[in-house]
Amino acid sequence: MLTNRSKIVAKKELSLAEKLYFPAILAGMAITLKHFFTKKVTINYPEQKREHSKVYRGQHVLKRDEIGAERCTACGLCALACPAEAITMTASERKPGEEKLYREEKYASVYEINMLRCIFCGDCEEACPKEAIFLTDRIIPSNYERGGFVFGKDILVEPVNDRVDVSLRQTEEVREFKKNKNYAHNI
Amino acid sequence: MTVSYLIYKLILVLIVFVISLFVAMYSTYAERKVAAFMQDRLGPNRAGPFGILQPLADGIKMFMKEEIIPNVSNKFLFILGPSLSMLTACMTSVVIPWGTQLTINGKPYPLQITDVNIGILYLFGVVSIGVYGIMIGGWASNNKYSLLGALRASSQMISYEVAMGLAIIALVMMTGTLSLKEIAAQQNGWRWNVFYQPLGFLIFLICAFAETNRAPFDLPECETELVGGYHTEYSSMKLGFYLFAEYINMFISSAIISTFYFGGYNMPCLGRFVHDPNMLATLGVVFMFAKIFFFIFFFMWIRWTLPRFRYDQLMNLGWKILIPLSLINIVLTGVFILRQDIIHYFIK
Ligand code: SF4
Ligand code: SF4
Repeated sequence: MLTNRSKIVAKKELSLAEKLYFPAILAGMAITLKHFFTKKVTINYPEQKREHSKVYRGQHVLKRDEIGAERCTACGLCALACPAEAITMTASERKPGEEKLYREEKYASVYEINMLRCIFCGDCEEACPKEAIFLTDRIIPSNYERGGFVFGKDILVEPVNDRVDVSLRQTEEVREFKKNKNYAHNI
Repeated sequence: MTVSYLIYKLILVLIVFVISLFVAMYSTYAERKVAAFMQDRLGPNRAGPFGILQPLADGIKMFMKEEIIPNVSNKFLFILGPSLSMLTACMTSVVIPWGTQLTINGKPYPLQITDVNIGILYLFGVVSIGVYGIMIGGWASNNKYSLLGALRASSQMISYEVAMGLAIIALVMMTGTLSLKEIAAQQNGWRWNVFYQPLGFLIFLICAFAETNRAPFDLPECETELVGGYHTEYSSMKLGFYLFAEYINMFISSAIISTFYFGGYNMPCLGRFVHDPNMLATLGVVFMFAKIFFFIFFFMWIRWTLPRFRYDQLMNLGWKILIPLSLINIVLTGVFILRQDIIHYFIK
């Protein structure tokens, strides 16, 4: 009563028709029957796919450059930026004669992302100074084993002849951001 | 009773048994489909085309599950519970007339396993044994949830059996027989009992829902309060038996409702188009099953429409509404049967 917001609960007597339940039951049954024949909202996933936004954040790709060399230089900035600590890598030195394979003289001999840890925030692609890692609109397939969710370079690096298009993810803002020399990793 | 007759009966028993199991099996599939469709989903559709192998997959899963018998339970009763449930569920089908009879080489082959002249009493006897399956299972588990679930189940089933029996008494008064074969035979043409006994039918239907422990009367396995109810401790195929028995019960209940109130295998006007008696009998079986399937669908339709009753509401409905109503129904039926005499009495 202090706040004047209390409400008197109206406990109205049910009418005879309401007491009998049957009109209400029939109305309910009519509703369920109507839904029985309405169009279903289910999307049969592997055959049909829900439309994603163009910049959906799904499975990662490690990009190659124009001649097909891996862009990643194993600087570890993506792993540092990752809030879920999903990325691990081992760096190696490029041997003479491997220039076609690796763009920089240091490269990642092992690069793994644990897709069970990853929260698909996209911080890794934002952190990368080499335009090496991007998220794509692909969905991580299901698996029976935990080990199957640790994606190595065999899955992550794009095939030479089957490049993954990430142009949509490189918005103006991203490109501007990459040029900003105030951020250490852009220098 | 010749040997060929015995063999015929044996085959009929087998067929009815297999059909009950088969229908129950596919009821589980239908249930999931109906549920899904009523909720705007698609339901199981991965195992085989349209998911029709789903019941098999479920069955295999049930068999592969680890079999756990609690240490503190009474082993013998623990196993007896689901077996009894399954047994009584299957036993009721013997007295149901699936059709009239086939005449092959001048010999009649009735499409009913046995026409006991106290068929209705037999039915009720077997149905009330069904309570023991649940009660023993719940008690033997030595678990308070199971026990409470079993108590609920048994009190619910016992209460609703009364109203159900009273509703049937009115029917028996009208038909003047306890044999299901005759009850079915009397309803040829449009003389279905539902038109003479609408109130009785309604009471019977409600009680059938309660007897099969299905929504809105599925109190015994109330997940929110009782975990799984009487089958909390059960696993593997013993759980499967309990669940399966429910579906067989649903099938048999539908068959009984069709026989008692919806003319069983009779279909009006059919005799005008088909004259061959064998053909007529076969079509009768088809119509019988059409009615049964409709009622199975109806059971599911109700389940996915109505929420569950509260327990006191359930008991109120049973004792304070359905039983008085069925008593009134008996009186009304009596007045209807004796209407000539009553008119005579007053006019004289
Ligand atoms: S998307 Fe986010 S969580 Fe996933 S690997 Fe990249 S930084 Fe880590
Ligand atoms: S930030 Fe880019 S270049 Fe550095 S390790 Fe990660 S993917 Fe490779």
